[in-house]
Amino acid sequence: MSTQKVSTGSTQRITLAKGLNMGLRKAMEDDPKVLIMGEDVGKLGGVFRITDGLQKDFGEDRVIDSPLAESGIVGTAVGMALRGYRPVVEIQFDGFVYPAYDQIVCQVAKMTFRSQGKSKMPMVIRIPFGGGIGAVEHHSESPEAQFAHTPGLKVVACSNPIDGYWMIQQAIACDDPVIFLEPKRQYHADKAELDESATPDPLFTSRTVRAGSDATLLAYGPTVKTALKAAEAAASEGKNLEVIDLRTLSPLDMAPVFESVRRTGRAVVVHEAHVNLGLGAELSARITEECFYSLEAPVLRVGGFDTPYPPSRIEEEWLPDLDRVLDAVDRSMEF
Amino acid sequence: MSDPGGFGPDLVEVFGPSQQDGGPELVQLLTPEGERVHHDEFDHDFSAEELRGFHRDMVLTRRIDTEATALQRHGELGIWAQLLGQEAAQIGAGRALRPQDYVFPTYREHGVAYCRGIDPLDLLGLFRGVDQGAWDPKDNNFGLYTIVIGAQVLHATGYAMGMQRDGVVGTGDPDRDAAVIAHFGDGASSQGDVNEGFIFAASYNAPVVFFCQNNQWAISEPIERQTRIPLYQRALGFGFPGVRVDGNDVLATYAVTQAALQRARDGQGPTLVEAYTYRMGAHTTTDDPTRYRMSDDLEHWKLKDPIARLEVYMRRNGLVDDQYFADLKAEADELGHHLREGCKALPDPQPMSVFDHVYTEMTDELAAQRDGYAAYLASFEGAGH
Repeated sequence: MSTQKVSTGSTQRITLAKGLNMGLRKAMEDDPKVLIMGEDVGKLGGVFRITDGLQKDFGEDRVIDSPLAESGIVGTAVGMALRGYRPVVEIQFDGFVYPAYDQIVCQVAKMTFRSQGKSKMPMVIRIPFGGGIGAVEHHSESPEAQFAHTPGLKVVACSNPIDGYWMIQQAIACDDPVIFLEPKRQYHADKAELDESATPDPLFTSRTVRAGSDATLLAYGPTVKTALKAAEAAASEGKNLEVIDLRTLSPLDMAPVFESVRRTGRAVVVHEAHVNLGLGAELSARITEECFYSLEAPVLRVGGFDTPYPPSRIEEEWLPDLDRVLDAVDRSMEF
Repeated sequence: MSDPGGFGPDLVEVFGPSQQDGGPELVQLLTPEGERVHHDEFDHDFSAEELRGFHRDMVLTRRIDTEATALQRHGELGIWAQLLGQEAAQIGAGRALRPQDYVFPTYREHGVAYCRGIDPLDLLGLFRGVDQGAWDPKDNNFGLYTIVIGAQVLHATGYAMGMQRDGVVGTGDPDRDAAVIAHFGDGASSQGDVNEGFIFAASYNAPVVFFCQNNQWAISEPIERQTRIPLYQRALGFGFPGVRVDGNDVLATYAVTQAALQRARDGQGPTLVEAYTYRMGAHTTTDDPTRYRMSDDLEHWKLKDPIARLEVYMRRNGLVDDQYFADLKAEADELGHHLREGCKALPDPQPMSVFDHVYTEMTDELAAQRDGYAAYLASFEGAGH
């Protein structure tokens, strides 16, 4: 249930990977200050091909293949941003962002505050995140809470091809640094109809993607699909679940969440990240503060266990799936 | 040391006692005794006016440092990072810059800041705790002080890459061609970010001068803990030239930095300049160097004082008279007064201002937090406490 306006423009069916690629291309066409930088983003088009063809069309000065050093990528992007550019950096996999963590947390996030607004940091840090692709260690993680906990950063997660197309452009246009999380499992999974002449929702807004009245599922990135499937299954049992795609993790857009939970009285948060001190903890706290008298049950969380990400042969057991979501819904309903 | 087994010279040969005075590669134009010496590659003619200018800059920079240290002792600053002994390294580097060049400092570059036209009073805010850098980097092409060791070296490299894309490198127009200088110390040379900065700059041939003030100490860790070869020699491994200059010789530091900056502006890529100097003071006002270094060491370096040697040279050659020194003292006293009175008058920020500028526009959730805090504060009004 997208709130995007209906338009009569021509449409095409695209994957998330294609949506991001088209969005990046559009942003580069619209603003010559937009640069892309990262490992293998040029000739190869990125290991997931998200930047496919961009170096060929925009040149090596704008689509920059970098040395293999994440702190170097983000740190030099800070300098380019100070020079007036709008760098979009690609971190190849979630688990490889940590060498750049110091630059992101101590420099990228704090530059605007440190300078009292005299310097800006219009940078997008794209991170393919989440699991379910059968990868080796460090390739399947969900580090969003570590960035959402950092004042000065904005954190968003797209969940579908259409949002990928619009949100990457909006993130690039934002004058604040944006951690842009892309559910890598979805890159080539589903196709959706893109209408480039439509008007997108503002970037830092949540969206109700399925209406319901019995309980509210809160999800983002890869778990939106899981939540929608769970809602579909629940419907066959006569349970009517509302699903909200949070889209923005920092700042949070809580108004639609509060409105929903006041109606349903129940909320279940679903994310792949570890439950302990994850986004679900913050969502639970805020819902409790604002909707205390509307709640019929405590806010429940379904997520990755508080262990390191497991070897891939057992990742489907580790990741929150339809059944674990429904189990949480049952516990909420029975409370 | 044991036989290195055919893997190159014994380390003692390259990093032994002979290095104590900078070693044979040290570029010097003015000896500690105030003798003008010539150098085949980096010689430079200086007018009497230029020499007096360097001297004045160093004296005023030392005065900034002395006053700020005293202000810390009086409780007006929480901490101060002293530069005593590094005046020549900073003035030599600072005066080699053109207006269009850009500086990425550490938190000790008070002399460079002064060269860029920053009011020294603006340097105190960070140390007093009223701001985190009061100046606009764009006004003087001088970045904010960076406290995480070495982080700014990557910013400098990226900024230089931006200059390349702006077409202000290697055009041949002296008013247009620009370069970046990245300041850091011997301790920072161990940081990953510094080494990654070297790699990126080499890879993209970025117009950046890596200016390392090797002051021999990273708080209590001696240079031997950071490196087993002279730092400037590391440049070779990254694929660009490295030079060791006498960082207590303002003339040599100016000449070498100027040449390195010009190389960068001309599109010939990065250079590592190791300004070989000594931290005569403490790391900061909270440090106690008597716990980890010998006073002999300090006495040895006092003989190489950067200001004294230029003064000897200028007096010996009749470039200055008593009036010059009297005028300079008056100017320094006035600067001291400006810093003392100005520091005490620096206003504390308003507590509510903490919510400003976290983002370019305040988010709704931060505005809500601010409003909640304002309501909390308002609840005390008229409560009689």
